[in-house]
Amino acid sequence: MRFDLTLIQPWINANSRVLDLGCGDGMLLETLGKEKNISGVGLEIDPDNITRALARGVNVIEHDLNVGLGNFRDDSFDMVVMTLALQTLRYPHLVIDEMLRVGRECIVTFPNFGHWRSRWYLGHRGKMPVSKFLPYTWYDTPNIHFCTVKDFETLCDEKNIRILNSSVIGADNSQSPLANRFPNLLGVTAVYHISK
Amino acid sequence: MTEAPPSTPTADNDSVGIVVPQTLHFDQPLQLACGRALPEHDIVYETYGELNAEKSNGILICHALSGHHHAAGKHSADDRKTGWWDSCIGPGKPIDTNVFFVLSINNIGGCHGSTGPTSINPTTGKPWGPDFPPLRCRDWVESQYLMMQHFGISQWAAVIGGSLGGMQAMRWALEYPDALRHCIVIASAMKLSAQNIAFNEIARRAITSDANFHEGRYLEHNTLPKQGLGLARMVGHITYLSEDGMKQKFGRELKTGNLALGAGSETAVEFEVESYLRYQGEAFSGSFDANTYLLMTKALDYYDLAREYNDDPVEAFKHAKCAFLVASFTTDWRFAPARSREIVDALVAANKSVSYAEIEADHGHDAFLIPIPRYMDVFHGYMKRLKQELGHAF
Repeated sequence: MRFDLTLIQPWINANSRVLDLGCGDGMLLETLGKEKNISGVGLEIDPDNITRALARGVNVIEHDLNVGLGNFRDDSFDMVVMTLALQTLRYPHLVIDEMLRVGRECIVTFPNFGHWRSRWYLGHRGKMPVSKFLPYTWYDTPNIHFCTVKDFETLCDEKNIRILNSSVIGADNSQSPLANRFPNLLGVTAVYHISK
Repeated sequence: MTEAPPSTPTADNDSVGIVVPQTLHFDQPLQLACGRALPEHDIVYETYGELNAEKSNGILICHALSGHHHAAGKHSADDRKTGWWDSCIGPGKPIDTNVFFVLSINNIGGCHGSTGPTSINPTTGKPWGPDFPPLRCRDWVESQYLMMQHFGISQWAAVIGGSLGGMQAMRWALEYPDALRHCIVIASAMKLSAQNIAFNEIARRAITSDANFHEGRYLEHNTLPKQGLGLARMVGHITYLSEDGMKQKFGRELKTGNLALGAGSETAVEFEVESYLRYQGEAFSGSFDANTYLLMTKALDYYDLAREYNDDPVEAFKHAKCAFLVASFTTDWRFAPARSREIVDALVAANKSVSYAEIEADHGHDAFLIPIPRYMDVFHGYMKRLKQELGHAF
């Protein structure tokens, strides 16, 4: 399982109700269902992912996150999760507002554009970074709103969002102490647990 | 895909084969929602697959407006057409008859053998005609419940329906919450829109204004309101297709005649689409009963899932205990995706287990009958969990 998905599991309570935005093939919800008896539903837009999630017994609703979460009632979930999808959204800040309206707590993970490799790539080559982790060209990419750890925390500050927990995953795909000491420089993926 | 899709069986082994319709007679009165009762009634039905020893693998198919019991297979080897949902019912198909026992009935009020307006009213000795009691969707659920008891089934693995069939499936979930594990609702809605009702009213007007209608007593006059019923079907048919679908299928192709300037006018110009609709109307008016059409369209119009739950669908669905799969089709404007999404949103708000797919398709409302690859993938994917519940390993 992707390391960010492993990392966030302790923040999700047993028997809780979880909404997973951009749930992919349903791996996270399936695992949480088995290990924590959560009742969950995923939102997904990719047809193949929807079929895969259905086949593994995960509830999935075909839904475009860019239309918002207007279909869901206030506080209808204990936890709203969105992993590695923030940067693909047209209005990420509005979706975060919506997540905090629909769920009591939220978890957001995103690629940290402040990582030194991105800075180095841009600084040295003067070109938008392309890597194994983010393999797209600037003109043909699902990732239209990159941000850094610092950017995200600024947004939380502006919106009075409480950060309950945060962590980064370093280049060695682990939660290294060094990376967590300099998260904006050494974190490849940022992981935030937030609430209103 | 991480898991291999189910094997695609060859044309020879993916059919339920030759099926023989059966009839079951109920001589106890069936109390109806209108306050009247049917003193006795017949149900014509077909079954596919085998009921297991635990009687836990039963699936009920609910048919739509002009549907009937013949959902899969053929009635004879040289039968030109298969049942109306043969695309989805059969060995290896989404409703896999190697695993499930499938019951498909003709609803009461129908005209394919179950008691309806063309049946003889025991008190008068004449066809019921317009005196047949008006029916609500819940009356079908009640009669389907009697069928369930007949087979000794205490819980369906699933109740499945498209369109008006989906409305019955949802009613099952509210009326008999313990009697089904899954409810599969395809191209349906919690109630019809004003536009839908308007189209139904045109269809009804076409029938009742036919000179041969005789206030619904056409059988006593040895005639049929074929013209009106044909027109009703033509209007209905347009609403089952999408604009793009019609464009692809017919375009502006001519069946006869020539539109070129100076081409003469000996042969009347007829567009393919005109010819098609007329054929559909004529075929239907020769095989369907006008009073049944009136009765079915009214049952559709009157259906309102949440009426008795303070008009609150969330309140209504709180009564359900089963899991739901809801599916819609992008070009379906008769039962638009937005109507399906309302069902899904209410189920989520009621804290129920629900999955939803909006399938891209050109075929309009009729798409639910067509084996569109993504539709089949979604259906197969969801049915896998029903199979797993029955202990089938994959």
